[in-house]
Amino acid sequence: MQELIVILVDGLVFSSYLFMVAVGLTVIFGVMKILNVTHGSFYAFGAYMSATLIGAYYQTDLPEFGGFLMIFAAALIIGIFFGVVLERGLLRFLYHRDEHIIVLATFAMFLVLEDVLLLIWGTDPYFAYEPLALLGSVDIVEMTFDVYSLTLIGMAMIVGLGLWLGLTKTKWGKLLLAVIYDREVSQAMGINVTIVFMATFVIGAIMGALGGAYIAPTISVSPGIGVEVIVLAFAVVVIGGMGSIPGAMIGAVLVGVSRAAAVHKFPEIELFVIYAIMAAVLTFRPEGLFAPAKIRKI
Amino acid sequence: MDNLKRAGKTALLATGMVAAAGLTTGVASAAEMVVMAVPTFLTGAGAPAFGVPARNGAEVIIEAINKGSLPAPYNNSGKGLAGRQIQALIYDESGGGVKQVAEFRNKVQKQGVDLVVGYISSGTCAAITPVAEELKVLTIFPICGTPRIFEDIDKTPKYVFRTMGHATADGVAEALYVKANMPDVKGYTGINQNYAWGQDSWRDFDLAMKQVMPSASVSEKAQWPKIFSGQYGTEISALMLSKEKLVHSSLWGGDLEAFIFQGSARGLFRKKKLLFSVADTSVYRLGKKAPAGAILGARGPYGIFAAKVDTPLNNWFRKVYQDRYSVPPVGGSYQAAQGVLAAKFAYDKAAAANGGKFPSMDQVIAALEGATYQGIAAKVHMNRSNGHQAATKHMIGVLQWDKEAGEPVMTNVTEFGPDCVMPPPGVNGTEWLKGGMKGAKC
Repeated sequence: MQELIVILVDGLVFSSYLFMVAVGLTVIFGVMKILNVTHGSFYAFGAYMSATLIGAYYQTDLPEFGGFLMIFAAALIIGIFFGVVLERGLLRFLYHRDEHIIVLATFAMFLVLEDVLLLIWGTDPYFAYEPLALLGSVDIVEMTFDVYSLTLIGMAMIVGLGLWLGLTKTKWGKLLLAVIYDREVSQAMGINVTIVFMATFVIGAIMGALGGAYIAPTISVSPGIGVEVIVLAFAVVVIGGMGSIPGAMIGAVLVGVSRAAAVHKFPEIELFVIYAIMAAVLTFRPEGLFAPAKIRKI
Repeated sequence: MDNLKRAGKTALLATGMVAAAGLTTGVASAAEMVVMAVPTFLTGAGAPAFGVPARNGAEVIIEAINKGSLPAPYNNSGKGLAGRQIQALIYDESGGGVKQVAEFRNKVQKQGVDLVVGYISSGTCAAITPVAEELKVLTIFPICGTPRIFEDIDKTPKYVFRTMGHATADGVAEALYVKANMPDVKGYTGINQNYAWGQDSWRDFDLAMKQVMPSASVSEKAQWPKIFSGQYGTEISALMLSKEKLVHSSLWGGDLEAFIFQGSARGLFRKKKLLFSVADTSVYRLGKKAPAGAILGARGPYGIFAAKVDTPLNNWFRKVYQDRYSVPPVGGSYQAAQGVLAAKFAYDKAAAANGGKFPSMDQVIAALEGATYQGIAAKVHMNRSNGHQAATKHMIGVLQWDKEAGEPVMTNVTEFGPDCVMPPPGVNGTEWLKGGMKGAKC
């Protein structure tokens, strides 16, 4: 029974991590139909900025728990800056192009930003473990968990719920949903699709950066962290359905809990689990588990 | 118009003469230099732990060789390699084996490098080995650990050398240390990255433990996280639930540091005894966060294990390195420097045997085959794989934090002789381990 509960807790923590890194990608694809490879850079820059701000904060005599605000500050700074710069400076010139051109462009931007990251922060790793240490640990079924990782579950739920409420209960969200379903008709009805695209890209960038910023206290922030995240994010989004936030959440839970079970029971196949699930989903439901319904076009 | 044409022709001629002079000068300079390619990780996850320290270590040694300022025992060896200055081409090893093979060919065939000293990734070393033999260029691997280089890929090497022990030595030294210091341990498990290095490390440790401590049981649920995953919460839970006390790990770089942060927050290092085979790459960076009480290796007598070695060469190296880079040298720094020193030793020895004249590549190779030379912190015996594979002593110890000095230190260190931890000449490492390590001289 202890092992079962531990698997569940581990699974939910990892699911939350997956959701946090994937939700921005699915938001951007859902509205703009762009597979944004630069998402990995948002994550990496968010992590580096978070580590930098946290490191600077804890050099001061300010209250300890204020360091947590640096995480959100980092996400906003990186998300807004890169969201605006990339959307206005690159993507808006490519909307009329084929989708694979846009993917290539975002991939190229990702490569450029990987080197920009090195130019700014160098190759040395950055540590920002203070928030992790501050929250201490708690015992669940006689297993010690760090509280910070458990807060990831809460953060993922807040982000997911916030996005869902924003999309379904606000005027702005309904405009976004209209654009998701039919860009041309939305434009014809007077919706400023340009503004919607920019806002969506910025929101997606903030989500990506938030994923990196929140994880930063638990890792060594070092070159290459953005690369691994892209693969994971794509896998979760594909499983859940491109453009579906509930899909990303369900996909993340499916992968997270399956992976946790594999780690505890059959560690050798842990690496394979996420791809096995992806392959199974693509075989039986190629559009993903919760892809939005598409109008059939003759 | 005629004047203009004449002026133009004169200008063209003058430009051509200047260019030719520059080219001539360049060619003359190149003939007096030894061009040494130094591939190492300058970007990506391998850079902070291995690549940049290796680059730094190589730079310190190359500069001193060119100035002729190496201390004893190289203090009377003159400047450069057999009198010629080294022109180092340091470049990025990232991108995988295919890209590196293309770059290797480019460096040798188009840029005319005289020798290559580098490579960290075992996969890249494996890919480069046959190409180095094909292109007939002296290639020294200072760091990569896979035993396969001379056991499977190139059993009769001529141009390829490796100037440090391979991964089998790590596993044997670790197992012997556990036997001596944890004789009552009942079982062991592991967490290793699921790729060649992690798999080889675990295999060698497990095989060695089966020989030296057959009563200790091995867990069937050793952990295999993806390399660069960075998230180890689930693996930590699995380790804490396992009944085995000892945990072997060859994690390195950012993965190791993330594992330590996440494990420390959950009390893993109070409940289990960790054995980190390459954690020296991170201890100075982690400082107090490095888990005190953990067993540590550095793949030989390098990095933190060399902190107390009191020789002119080691003292000089550590001082210059620390002054220049503001951090102590780690394992990779020593290993890269050791590789460059192999070239220094071989070129000088070959020139001396050649009446003082600059030696040919074959003469340099003959000088290095089977030789013993002084590395920064230990003697290097090139006495395996027909004189192309090095054997050095190995060291394992327990990490502690020295409050007074304000730095991590190694305690309870055990030194193992080269013939104790490396398979005898001509013997495959895995077969040697399975066969009971016959011929080991401990």
